[in-house]
Amino acid sequence: MKTTDDRPKIDRRSFLAGGTAAMGAIAAGVTGASAGFIEDLLHKNFKEISPDRMQRIVREMEQEYTEKYGKNVTVSTKGAQQGVLFGYGLDLSRCIGCRRCVYGCVNENNQSRDPQIHWIRVLEMDKSKGINLEESNPYYNPETVPEEDSFYMPVACQQCRNAPCIKVCPVEATWQEADGIVVVDYDHCIGCRCCMSACPYGARHFNWAEPELAAESVNPDMHYLGNRPRPNGVVEKCTFCIQRVRNGKYPACVEICPVGARKFGNLLDEADEMRVLMRKKRVFVLKEDLNTQPKFYYFYAT
Amino acid sequence: MNIKKIWEFLIGSFRLTLKGNWAYHSWMAFLAVLMVSGGFAYWRQFTEGLIVTNMRDQVSWAFYIGNFTFLVGVAAAAVLLVIPAYVYNWKPIREIAIFGELLAISAIVMCLLFVTVDIGQPSRALELLPFIGSLNVPSSLLGWDVLVLNGYLVLNAMIVGHFLYKAYFKKPYNKNFVVPLLLFSIPAAISIHTVTAFVYNGMAARPFWNASILAPRFIASALCSGPAIMLILFQILRKTTHIRIRKEAISKIAELMAYAMFLNLFLFGVEIFKEYYSNTSHLVHTKYLYTGLHGHTALVPFAWISLIFSVVAFMLFLVPKTRMNMVTLNLGCILIYAGVYIEKGLALVIPGMTPDTLGEIYEYIPTWIEIRVGAGIFAIGFMVFTLLCKVAIPLLHDTLADPVAPGA
Repeated sequence: MKTTDDRPKIDRRSFLAGGTAAMGAIAAGVTGASAGFIEDLLHKNFKEISPDRMQRIVREMEQEYTEKYGKNVTVSTKGAQQGVLFGYGLDLSRCIGCRRCVYGCVNENNQSRDPQIHWIRVLEMDKSKGINLEESNPYYNPETVPEEDSFYMPVACQQCRNAPCIKVCPVEATWQEADGIVVVDYDHCIGCRCCMSACPYGARHFNWAEPELAAESVNPDMHYLGNRPRPNGVVEKCTFCIQRVRNGKYPACVEICPVGARKFGNLLDEADEMRVLMRKKRVFVLKEDLNTQPKFYYFYAT
Repeated sequence: MNIKKIWEFLIGSFRLTLKGNWAYHSWMAFLAVLMVSGGFAYWRQFTEGLIVTNMRDQVSWAFYIGNFTFLVGVAAAAVLLVIPAYVYNWKPIREIAIFGELLAISAIVMCLLFVTVDIGQPSRALELLPFIGSLNVPSSLLGWDVLVLNGYLVLNAMIVGHFLYKAYFKKPYNKNFVVPLLLFSIPAAISIHTVTAFVYNGMAARPFWNASILAPRFIASALCSGPAIMLILFQILRKTTHIRIRKEAISKIAELMAYAMFLNLFLFGVEIFKEYYSNTSHLVHTKYLYTGLHGHTALVPFAWISLIFSVVAFMLFLVPKTRMNMVTLNLGCILIYAGVYIEKGLALVIPGMTPDTLGEIYEYIPTWIEIRVGAGIFAIGFMVFTLLCKVAIPLLHDTLADPVAPGA
């Protein structure tokens, strides 16, 4: 299996960073102001912010959110672990279309409740037609699920190895982390929505209005690149629950699924649940002809 | 060239824009009203978010980006005037080629504004600057587009600025400075439209755009719509000012447009054949546009109007008799302009996203806010063009009114 790497940094950036530091030092010398002021002006993205400054930003963020939501909010910046490449499995024969994953995800990841943003879209499909996106229905609403003639296909970010959304971003506001998670820096995204046009899975969602998130429903365990509250006018997406999986937990959707249709693990570990399942079951990926190489695998049968 | 003289030139140019008859002032007042209306509409969008548009996750680009695409074509089409004017040294067109440059500047200004109103975080637009921001080139085509569009704007502004500055002080323009820039503006014009086409073309997720014919179609349609608006503007200028625009120049441009229109329709036909004959699952987008899908038919009348207009305009331009007749020529210009506007503004972006990548049909029609913002941007563009003409016409009066161009 091909391993993924963090995108190489461009030399120009480190050159600029050096220049900024020098400018900062001059500013500090002349005005006595902190070097952070210059850095504030040049919005650097997550990957380029110095550890010192990152600490300061996170502290300010935690303070702000704690005051705003009346909960003890923590914002983690925990990085990827060595030797880990996250992968996801979804057993189509087990999914009953209950959408618990959809709302479990919303609660975990602090999505806007109004307008509603869902990172998971469950498609109802006709058994007689097989997997046919054009004929699918995301707005099914019967009394009970599953219905006799239907099967259900949940779709979220496929965490592509060859992600089309990343290369189209004009400002490097989205990238793939070393553990394979595709993330967005909400403080860097300009909201041009190129990535939404480029994504073949409808996995990227835009904050069309100021997101509404009630204090009592806020999840206070946040990650900088994951479930911290988003501003109006930026793009967001599934991060495999980065705040959970980097601490050894399952994503919220895996945990909440009542039928065990959702699987998660480390693709680089031969003994991992995911690799065992992939050997035993028959897997496919969605829209394989686009060469996006997802790390999200569907299983045909149990 | 020194600061004092530049200042004098700017003040003098500004004075020129103040003088005018009642028609000029009421035209400017009309544009100002549209701009104010657009400004208020944009303020609502800025404070409430893009929710005031009808764009949603399913159709995440629409009216604004469609207009942007159309106007890139108008800007690029200045090249049609520049090529024969300077490469072949063909005087009747060269005398008026400056207006192509003025139009290009105005169109690029509108393009940049349409992109700005479309982004969710306009305050972060500086990130798009090379070196200062974090422009993601060579990977992002939108990144490239920002570079080439700004480059094209600077290029045209330099050419026009030089012409006007020299004319203001009644000196001949510097050929060694201007001619290389003019020649460079030809590939630059082709490149802005090609790169804009590639923004769409490169997206494998959208089969409607992911066709190699997209960039050639962009160029072909631009070579129809850009000169069409030029021809109409020339006749307005001929009526309202003293500048001489020779009939042979107009005929030549019309003839070149006839070739472009043929190419445009041919490339369209080629694409339609491929879509319908192969009849794959990718056909849904074309079907949505021309016949509607599951009862969703918002774009169908526009699609057919655009096609009919383009065919009729081609006929009018093909037959020499109707091409030479000013009435039918103008009719043809309006038809092709409207046809291409619909094709690029509505029929490119929206069906590319309908149905969306997971098969959902969200039927988009713009809100009044979007239309008002769009009208405001067009008003800004027209005002820029009017002001530029207001300065350029008296300054270049000798060149434009006299049959023999100086400095050639």
